[in-house]
Amino acid sequence: MKVLIPAALRQYTGKQSAIDLPPGTVEDVLRQLTSQFPELRKQLFGDDGTLRKFVNLYLNDEDIRYLQNQNTAVTADDTLSIIPSVAGGCVQPD
Amino acid sequence: MRDAARKIVPISDPLGQGLLQRIGNTPLLRFQRVTQNPKGVEVLAKAEWLNPGGSVKDRAAASIVADAMRQGKLGPGKTLLDSTSGNTGIAYAMLGAAEGFPVALCMPANVSAERSRIVRCYGAEIVFTDPAEGSDGAIRKARELAAAEPQKYFYADQYSNPANWRAHYHGTAQEIWRQTDGSITHFVAMLGTSGTFVGTSRRLKELNRNIRCISLQPDSPFHGIEGAKHMPTSIVPQIYDPATADENVFISTEESYAMMRRLAREEGVLAGISAAAAMVGSLRVAEAAKSDSVIVTIFPDAADRYLSERFWEEL
Repeated sequence: MKVLIPAALRQYTGKQSAIDLPPGTVEDVLRQLTSQFPELRKQLFGDDGTLRKFVNLYLNDEDIRYLQNQNTAVTADDTLSIIPSVAGGCVQPD
Repeated sequence: MRDAARKIVPISDPLGQGLLQRIGNTPLLRFQRVTQNPKGVEVLAKAEWLNPGGSVKDRAAASIVADAMRQGKLGPGKTLLDSTSGNTGIAYAMLGAAEGFPVALCMPANVSAERSRIVRCYGAEIVFTDPAEGSDGAIRKARELAAAEPQKYFYADQYSNPANWRAHYHGTAQEIWRQTDGSITHFVAMLGTSGTFVGTSRRLKELNRNIRCISLQPDSPFHGIEGAKHMPTSIVPQIYDPATADENVFISTEESYAMMRRLAREEGVLAGISAAAAMVGSLRVAEAAKSDSVIVTIFPDAADRYLSERFWEEL
């Protein structure tokens, strides 16, 4: 499966905008992502270990809060997009 | 049938003849609990959601539109085009409907439902851009459309257009000066396009060079303070002038959420995220300020534009 990284987080993934990972639940995928790129953990998760409130996750085109949240199954053909709530301004192009 | 002569019904205290006259002249709020401190430092906020379009952006948009019409850049046959994460788009859409010109907006596809619905209600066209590319993607799309059809579009370019900051130089700053009777000692505002901060600070310092102007930014490029910009990692807006700031303070998203809750529950003020962030920054400035300082900040919009977002579930 593929995780799509928003522009504001690409500085933590060596500028990569898409990361290939094995399928699993959303929770599994995020654990693998942050173990591969540890700096992402502090950006995505609060001190209490939960996903920060402005971070939205989409399985293909569906917001996971309307699916099974972090238990949502992600198959090999799926894409998980990390989308921050819209903020003004822009990030420098790579 | 006898023709009745058309009568204009007199209205006492009319709020201007048209939409443009109803923009600005917003109330300055004083708070009961959140801003209390033993030093007697006042923290006041401009309630910008009371503009007709619901945000501070009405000012910049009206100034940009008026300037373009004066210069003949926006007129019959022209469509106003810009990129926006929301509030400016709403302001343009409103002005387009009231003044009779078409509006086309490039917006990231993950703008809140409230925003895209409001824009559509006014009759504007939306070109949605890749949410992963954020506002940068929307800016690129607008530039692309403007370059492809220069005859069709007036590209308003809020990040570069000096009419943006001039709205605050002539409007916001003068109002603050008058409303505080010239006693303001500090001006605090969040940076987005930077028009509010730059324009207001420029004029306030001309009125009293001792006024300290403090800009606020989110503490990371990845943040939830909607409308705000982390300048160190961004393409800096052309209108931004860091020299107008005496100091800059970085604000976290989570502190802003906590302050939204406090303002709602302790003051009965349903302020938006960047407004809450402005209060966080203002209180920080108040901690270091002398007794009897008068700190004025801007509350750009209200919470009603954010109610569908995830953070409300735990607020």
